Amino acid sequence: MFDFLDPQEYDLLGAFWVTVQLTVYSAIGSLIWGTILVGMRVSPVPMMRGFASAYITLVRNTPLTVIIVACSLVLKDTLGFTIAGETVEDQNFWLAILGFVAYTSTFVCESLRAGINTVPVGQAEAARALGLGFNQVLGIVVLPQAFRSVVAPLSSVLIALTKNTTVASAIGVAEAAWLMKEMTENESDAILLVFAIFALGFVVLTLPTGLLLGWVSRKVAVKR
Amino acid sequence: MRFSRVLRAGAVAAAATLALAACGGGGDDSGSGDGGGDGGGVSFDNLVIGIKFDQPGVGQKTPDGYAGFDVDVAKYVAKELGVDESKIEFIEAKSPDREQLIKRGDVDFIVASYSISDKRKEEVTFAGPYFVAHQDLLLSADNTSIASEEDLKSSALKLCSVTGSTSAQNVRDDFAPQAQLQEYSSYSQCLTGVESGQLDALTTDDTILAGYAAQPANQGKFKLAGLNLSDEFYGIGLEKGNTELQSAINDAIKKMIDDGSWAKFVESNLGPAGYETPEAPEITETS
Amino acid sequence: MSAPSVLYDQPGPRAKQRNIIYTVLFVAVLAGVLWWALDLMNDAGQLEWVKWEPFFADGTTWTTYLLPGLQATAIAAGLAMVIALPIGAFFGIARMSDHRAVRAPAGIVVEFFRAVPVLLLMVFANEAYALFTDIERDVRPLYAVVTGLVLYNASVLAEVVRAGILALPKGQTEAALAVGMRKGQLMTNVLLPQSVTAMLPAIVSQLVVIVKDTALGGAILGYAELLNESGAANSNAGGTSTIAQLTAVAIVYIIVNAALTWLASWLERRMRRSKKSTGAVVGGGMVEEQAPGMHLTGGRSGESGSA
Repeated sequence: MFDFLDPQEYDLLGAFWVTVQLTVYSAIGSLIWGTILVGMRVSPVPMMRGFASAYITLVRNTPLTVIIVACSLVLKDTLGFTIAGETVEDQNFWLAILGFVAYTSTFVCESLRAGINTVPVGQAEAARALGLGFNQVLGIVVLPQAFRSVVAPLSSVLIALTKNTTVASAIGVAEAAWLMKEMTENESDAILLVFAIFALGFVVLTLPTGLLLGWVSRKVAVKR
Repeated sequence: MRFSRVLRAGAVAAAATLALAACGGGGDDSGSGDGGGDGGGVSFDNLVIGIKFDQPGVGQKTPDGYAGFDVDVAKYVAKELGVDESKIEFIEAKSPDREQLIKRGDVDFIVASYSISDKRKEEVTFAGPYFVAHQDLLLSADNTSIASEEDLKSSALKLCSVTGSTSAQNVRDDFAPQAQLQEYSSYSQCLTGVESGQLDALTTDDTILAGYAAQPANQGKFKLAGLNLSDEFYGIGLEKGNTELQSAINDAIKKMIDDGSWAKFVESNLGPAGYETPEAPEITETS
Repeated sequence: MSAPSVLYDQPGPRAKQRNIIYTVLFVAVLAGVLWWALDLMNDAGQLEWVKWEPFFADGTTWTTYLLPGLQATAIAAGLAMVIALPIGAFFGIARMSDHRAVRAPAGIVVEFFRAVPVLLLMVFANEAYALFTDIERDVRPLYAVVTGLVLYNASVLAEVVRAGILALPKGQTEAALAVGMRKGQLMTNVLLPQSVTAMLPAIVSQLVVIVKDTALGGAILGYAELLNESGAANSNAGGTSTIAQLTAVAIVYIIVNAALTWLASWLERRMRRSKKSTGAVVGGGMVEEQAPGMHLTGGRSGESGSA
C-alpha cells in the first residue's frame, strides 16, 4: 500500500525539510524587517511614517503568488539580481525567502503596532519624563512590552507563513507542495493517501507551533 | 498499492489487445476510405478543435483570434471535412490535458504540437504526422557558447523548460543531466531570462522556439542552436479507433502537402525565425 | 495609546532640525535604492518603451486578456465566498453546541482545514475531479480553485461567525431565554441575524484574502484568472515584457483589494458609531492571518479589530 513512499523515488522528508527551512529563515527575516517597519510606522519623521504605510498598503494587497513569481522572473531572470547560491535551485530558494520576508513583515508590523497600542500611555509618558528620546522610549520601554503581548498574533503569522511557503512551488522550489503535485500526477490511484500524508505533515508542523506559542504567550503576557 | 499496480498492468494489456484488434479490423476500412475520396462517411456541421493558446507561431491566442501553424493546419483540415471556418470552435488543449480531452469527447480532434508516441497511442488515435519537429535550444542571439551536443554536458549551464514536459524530462535523462534546470509553468516565462543572459537557453521543440524568435517584438534577439536533439512527429489526435475520421484527416493532410498549402503555412508562421521549410513527412498513421 | 504623539515629545527647535536631517538621509537612501533599481533595469534594457507599451498603451491587451482574467478572478472569489459563508456559519454554530458529540467533530474539521495550505487543497481537488468526476475539463480548474478556497475559508468564517455571536451582549441571550425561546430559536431569531451585521467588515476583509489566493489557481492549476491571462498577454507581446506584465497585474490587484479593505473599515466605523445595533463588531483585523489551535475570539476580537 505504501510502496510509493520509497525514499529513493520521492524524498518526502527532504521536501518537508525545505518547507521548514523556508519557514525558519523567512520568519527570522520577517521579524527583523517587520520591527524596523513598525519603528518607521510610529516614528516622529513624517517621511518614514509615509513610506512604511505605503509599503504596507502596496505589499499587503498584492497576492503572494505575484510577489514570489516576480522574485524569480524579475529579480533573477530579468535583472540578474540574486541573494545567494550558485545554482538555479539555491538562488530560487533564497529569492523565495526574500519574497516571504517582504510579504510577511507587513503582518508582523501590523501585529506589533496593535501590541504598542496595548501598552499603557503612562509607560511612554514616564519614559519621556525621564528624558528618554524616541528611540529609547520605543526600544527600551514600549517595544519589549509590546512583544510580550503579541506572541499569540505573531504565532498566527508564523503559522500562516508555514502554509504560505507552499507558494514557492510556483518558481520550482522543491518543497512539500511541489512534491505533492508531482506525486498526485504520477500516483493517481493513491491521491487520497498522498493528500492525507501531506495534509498531516502540515498539521504536524503547525499545530504544535500554535499550542506551544499559545502557552508561551500566556506565560510572558504582561499582567495588568 | 501492489494490487492496483497489477490492475493497471492488466488494463494496459487489455488496451493493447483492443488496439491490435482495432488495427486488424481497420485495415479493410482504410481501403474503402481511400476509394470514397474526401471525407468518406465523415461529416460534421461544426468542429471543436483543441490547440495551444500560448505558443506563438504554433498556436497562440491573439487579440484578432487564433494564429499559428497548428491553427492553419486545423483550419485546412476542417475545410476539407466540409466545415466552414466560422463553424470551428477552438479550445485550449494544454499538454497534460490532451488525452483526457479526446477521451471525454470534449474535442473532435487536437492539433497542438502533439507528438505521436506509443504510450499515447494506447489512449488515442493519431492521423498524420503532418510535421517533424526536433527538440532544440533557443539562445540569445549573441550566444556562441553552445554549438554541439557536447556543450550541453556542463554543470554551469542553465536551461529552462516547462514543469513536467517531455523536453524537461529529456534534458534530465539524456542530453544534459548535469545542467541546471529552471522549471516554470509556461515556456514564455523562460524568455526574459534567456534575453538577459541569466539563463543560457530555453529548450523544447524547434517549432515553438522558432515561433517565439519570430515574434515582432523579438526580431534579432534570439536564435536556434540547430542541434536536432530528437525527432517529434506531430500528429492530429482523435478518438481512439475512429478510423474513418483518421483516414479523412490523412487525406486532407496529403492534399495540404501536395497543393503547396503546407509549405506556405510553414513559411508564413515559422519562416520569419529563419526556419527553413523541411521535407514534408510521410503519413505513417494509417489503419 | 494614540501612537504618534505619546512616544515622543512635541518636537522643539533641535528635534525639528534633527527630523529634517533624518528626512533628508531617508530620502537619500530611498533615492539610492530607486536609482540602483532603475540602473539594473536600464542595463537589462527594461526601461525601453516597447517593453511597457503592450500593457500600458495597448487597449487590446486589456480587452483580450486582462479584463477577462479579472472577471474570472471575480467569479472564483465570489463563488468561493457565497458557498463558504453558509458552510462556515454551520460549522461555527456547531462548534458552539452544548453537545460534545457535535462540538468535537466540528472543531476537528475546522482546525484541520485551517492547518492545511490552500494550495494543497486546490491541487488535490483538481486531481480528484479529473479522476473521479465527469466535470468538464474547461471548468475543472475553476471547480478546483473554488473548492480549495471554500474548504479553507469556510473554516476561517466558522471562527468569524463564532466571534460574531460571542461579541453580542450577553443580555440578548438572557432576554431571549427569559421570554421562553428555545436554543434553536435563540440562535436563528436573535443571535445569528445580529451577528451577521457584526461580521460584515470581517467578511469583506476575508474577500481580500480570497482574491489574493485565486492567483495561486492561475499559477499552479492554470485557471485563466488575472495572473495567468497576463502571462498569455506577455507571451503574445514577445515574452520579455515581464516587468510591465507583473506591474500591471499588481496595480489591478492593489486597486481591487485596497477598495475592499476601505469598504471593510468604512462598514466597521459606521457600525461602531451606529446607535441602532448592539455595537458589536467583528473587525477585519481578525481574519487576515488566522492560525489553527488558537481562538482569536472573546475578549481579544474587538482589540485586534482596531489594529
